[in-house]
Amino acid sequence: MPRENDVRETAEAVARRSYGKLVAFLAARSGDVAAAEDALSEAFAAALTDWPAGGIPASPEAWLMTVARRRIIDAGRRRRSGTDAAPHLHLIAEEIEAAAASQTDIPDDRLALMFACAHPAIDPNVRAPLILQCILGLDAAAIGSAFLMSPATMSQRLVRAKNKIRQAGIPLRVPERGDLRERLDSVLEGIYAAFAEGWTDPAGTEIRRRDLAEEGIWLGRLVASLLPEEPEAIGLLALMLHAEARRGARRDAQGEYVPLAEQDPALWNTPSIEEAEALLHRAGALGALGRFQLEAAVQSAHVVRRRTGAADWVAIERLYDALLAITRSPVVAINRAIAVAETRGAAAGLAELDALADDARLAQYQPYWAARAGLLARTGEAAAADDAYQRAIGLEADPAVRRFLQRRRKELGAR
Amino acid sequence: MKYLLLIYGNEAAMQSASKSDVDQMHAAYMAYTDALQKAGVIAGGERLHRSTAATTVRVADGKTKVLDGPYAETKEQLGGFYMIDVPDLDAALSWAARCPGASYGVMEVRPIWAM
Repeated sequence: MPRENDVRETAEAVARRSYGKLVAFLAARSGDVAAAEDALSEAFAAALTDWPAGGIPASPEAWLMTVARRRIIDAGRRRRSGTDAAPHLHLIAEEIEAAAASQTDIPDDRLALMFACAHPAIDPNVRAPLILQCILGLDAAAIGSAFLMSPATMSQRLVRAKNKIRQAGIPLRVPERGDLRERLDSVLEGIYAAFAEGWTDPAGTEIRRRDLAEEGIWLGRLVASLLPEEPEAIGLLALMLHAEARRGARRDAQGEYVPLAEQDPALWNTPSIEEAEALLHRAGALGALGRFQLEAAVQSAHVVRRRTGAADWVAIERLYDALLAITRSPVVAINRAIAVAETRGAAAGLAELDALADDARLAQYQPYWAARAGLLARTGEAAAADDAYQRAIGLEADPAVRRFLQRRRKELGAR
Repeated sequence: MKYLLLIYGNEAAMQSASKSDVDQMHAAYMAYTDALQKAGVIAGGERLHRSTAATTVRVADGKTKVLDGPYAETKEQLGGFYMIDVPDLDAALSWAARCPGASYGVMEVRPIWAM
């Protein structure tokens, strides 16, 4: 008789490996994500009570699927009254049964589920959380805390989105060629948003957030492997690996913030960087440039410092030119101005920033003021730099970055 | 699944449109309806009179209140609808995009509650 710990471990291992696959398979056939999740969680609960007595089944996935199938049919019968329900449910039951009984792997519908989560008919703000929940099984509390939202609010939004998928008939399938690129962008954006939420905790002290960065990379690997011909999917994975490679260098031994330019390249994770570089190369060969490849290429131009001792600022400026043309994002424009300051001097960089001053969104954007302060300090405009640091410090939420800006501001006075 | 495609448009702009514009739009709607029929997805559809012809009715405290005008006084008003029967939302959205109303105003796509 297996011990309870073994059972729990096996169930958890299956959950981690197969959760998204099982949800996707059930949801793709019933059109009901919430029902698939409920059925599966009931199946896991049943496993924890049945397995200790009856033994761990040879194929835990198939066992879970059979139990979940029964639950989903029962739930469907309760919800759908009327005559048209019966044949429909019968069809679903047969298909699930066949999959559970067959020796081959369960078909992988995770990508289809991700496309449903990132459908244009779904509120853009809920797409990333929805992917995290449906594919990874994270609960609303974990997702809410990462996206700075109360568990209740997050839970409500997730429920609403799943209802929308079911009621509006959002299809769980990978779109046709014509729509694929456009829709893929929002899948990739959802994954990147999940990663970025994890990335904002640089020290990795908050377990949930660090996990989110890891999960983002995991999802990125999944999409890149399911769509090996899509350069942007590969580009996103390269971008995330590049960022993740520098995690250890972003804080010093005292936990203080270290800006990229002052990081010790020896602390960067070489295998991650090399994998990222190889991916970027592969993506480039597919011949369709996009936002994520360009951003990954910027990272690549930064890490040449490992070998040459200096970042390739000329390339970085050129890459930001291209990114700006695609995104028209003021955030990109700020980064471009910083690159210009390196290639053509601080005054030229400042002129680029001045050109952005009319954008009201930037008034409350910390990096704009920090960039401005740094460049004003370099051109010797100490009073203006002091003002800009004041703005930046007031807008920063991370205490380590705040202390860094405060130190810079103090150095200004010492000059 | 059945979907209602609600066509919202600017009535004032429609009023002041030239005869050739109006003719061109009518022809476009005819062709669209024809395409829906040929695809075998149409389940109904009508054009509505302008919202100046609308009357709202509500019963409160046992009294029936009748008011002249549409439910909401907005620039864009419901001008007509189609009901279609297609496999999923993507199919409904692509039909909505082809409707001439999508170019003149905005289409709202609503799934029909299956009883």
